[in-house]
Amino acid sequence: MTFQHYRQEVLALTMRWVRRLSREKFSMLFTLVQPMLFWLIFFGSLFQKAANIQILQAPNYMSFLAGGVVVMTVLNNGLAGGVDLLFDKENGFLERLMSTPIHRSSVILSRYLFVMAITGMQILVILSIAFVFGVRLETGLPGIAVILAIGMLFGVGLTAISMGLAFSVKSHGDFFSMLGFLSLPMIFLSSALVPLSAMPGWMQVVAMVNPMTWVIDAVRPLIITGWNAAIPQVGMAFVILAIFDAVCLYGGAKAFRRAIG
Amino acid sequence: MDPAVVIDVARLGKTFGPVTAVEDLSFTVRAGEIFGLLGPNGAGKSTTLRMLITVLPPSTGTATVLGHDIVTEADTVRSLIGYVPQERAVDRFLTGREHLELLGGLYHLSRTETNARIDELLKLVNLEEHADRVAKTYSGGMKRKLDIACGLLPNPKIVFLDEPTLGLDVQSRLKIWDYIRQLRENGITIVMTTNYLEEADQLCDRLAIIDGGTIRVIGSPLELKTGLGGDSLSVTIKEHEAEKLPRLREGVMALPLVRDVRLNPTGLDILVESPEKSLPAVIEVAQRLDCGLDGIEYHRPRLDDVFVAHTGHGLRGGTPDTAEEE
Repeated sequence: MTFQHYRQEVLALTMRWVRRLSREKFSMLFTLVQPMLFWLIFFGSLFQKAANIQILQAPNYMSFLAGGVVVMTVLNNGLAGGVDLLFDKENGFLERLMSTPIHRSSVILSRYLFVMAITGMQILVILSIAFVFGVRLETGLPGIAVILAIGMLFGVGLTAISMGLAFSVKSHGDFFSMLGFLSLPMIFLSSALVPLSAMPGWMQVVAMVNPMTWVIDAVRPLIITGWNAAIPQVGMAFVILAIFDAVCLYGGAKAFRRAIG
Repeated sequence: MDPAVVIDVARLGKTFGPVTAVEDLSFTVRAGEIFGLLGPNGAGKSTTLRMLITVLPPSTGTATVLGHDIVTEADTVRSLIGYVPQERAVDRFLTGREHLELLGGLYHLSRTETNARIDELLKLVNLEEHADRVAKTYSGGMKRKLDIACGLLPNPKIVFLDEPTLGLDVQSRLKIWDYIRQLRENGITIVMTTNYLEEADQLCDRLAIIDGGTIRVIGSPLELKTGLGGDSLSVTIKEHEAEKLPRLREGVMALPLVRDVRLNPTGLDILVESPEKSLPAVIEVAQRLDCGLDGIEYHRPRLDDVFVAHTGHGLRGGTPDTAEEE
C-alpha cells in the first residue's frame, strides 16, 4: 500500500460521489435550497415581528437565525452523510468495493471529502443569501474561515454517527427513523431558533448538553457581535468538538470494523 | 502444493452468532476449471464464496487462493481475483464506462491501462453502444453483463461469480454461459454458485453439492451421475420368448461396454458405459439369438437424481431450518 495507490483509490471513489450528485440535479438543487428557503427566509421572516430583539440580542431575527441555519445545515448534511453507504451496503456495491485491493479507509475518507466539500459550499451560499437579506458579518472574511472550520469539525463527528449507524442497522427503515429521531430534537433542543435564556428551565439544561448549542453559540457572535465576544465561545466550541469528534469517530470506527471485518 | 490447485479450502466454517452458516468445508479448485457450488437458497453457497473473496472472515478453518491465505494475505488475494456479486451491484447513476473507470482506480491501473481494458471488456460483453448511458436505463441482462465486465477488469486469474444467471431470461442466460465458457478458454479459473441444476450440469467441470451448510458430494457432473449407477438400458422381451432370457443375458454380458446385467420379470436391466455404442450391440445379440424384443428403454440419471440421492430432498424443496443467506 503506497501513498500513490491510496490517493488513486480515494480520488476514484470521491469522483463517484461527485458524478452521482451531478446526475441528481433536482435532488442537488433541493438539498442546497431547502435550508435557505425554508429556514432562513421563511422562518426568519415569519418570526421577525414575534421575536423580542432584547432577548435575541441581535439586530433582527434573521441575523440571529443565520448562525443557527448554518449549523443546522452542517447537522443535516452530516447525519445524511452515511446514507449512500447504507444503500451501497444494501445493494451489494459495498461488497464489490471491499473485494478490491483498497485500503478499507478509502471509502470512508472519500465520503468525508465529499460531504465536507458540499457542506462548505452550502455554508457559503447561506451566508451570501443572508447578506442579500441584510445580514452583515461582524467579523468579515476571517470570520467566514472560522465558521467553516467549526462547521467542518462538527460535520466530522456527525458524519461518523451517520456512517456508524449505516453500518450497524438491519434495514434502511431503521436508519431513517433513527435519523429523524435524532435530528429534530437536536435542532429544537439547541439555541438554533431561540436563545437559551428564552427557554424553560428544563430545556436549557438539555440544550446545554447538546453539542449543537455550543457550536451555534460560537458561530452566532462571529456573525452578529464581533471578535471580542466570539473568541472565548469559539475556543470553547473547539474543545467540545474535539471531545465530540473523538467519541463519534471511535464509535463509527468500531461499527465499521464490525461490519467490514 | 500441487501447482494445478489454485484454491485449497480446509475445514472452513462460518457462524453468525448462534447460527452455523457453513461448517467443515474442504475442497480444492484446479487451474482452468469451472467449479460450481450447487445448493438451494440458504445452503451456505454465498457465505462460502464471500469468505473466499475475503469480504467475510471465516470462523474456523483456513483457505488459500493461489497460495495466499484469505485472512493474513487478504490484500494479495484481492488483487488477483475478480468478483461478480449476486445482487445487481451497479450504481444506477453511473454509466457503464464510469463503473469500469472507478474499478480501474481501485485496482491501481494507470489511465491508459484502464482505457484499453475497458474497450476490450465492453466488446466482450457487447455493451459498447450502451457504455455511456447511466445504468438505471439498463435491462437486467445488461446490468449482469456490466457486472461481469466489472469482475473481469483487473484481468484476474480466478473469477468468482455468485448466481450469475439468477432471474435472467433464457436468452441472456445462454449469453452469460457463453462468456463463462470463453473465460475458461482463456485460461481463467471460474468459481460459481448456482441453484440451477441445468446450469451446474451444462457449465461446470466439477461441482460440490452444498446443503444445510455442509458439502454432500464433490465430482464432475458425469461422475456424480455415474455414481448413481450411470446409464442403463431396459430391454423388454416378447412374452412368448421368455425362455430365451437367460441366453440373451449371457450374450449381452459378453459385450465389452456392458458393466452389469440384471434380470427383471419382463426382461433385462443393463448397465452400460456408452449407450450410443451398446444399444446397437444389444440389438445385434438379440437378433443373433432370434429373440424377439418388445422394446428398449434408455435411462440416464439426471443431476436432479444426484441431488435427491445426496440430500434427501429435491433442490426446490429447500431446507427451511438452515440459515438465511444474507
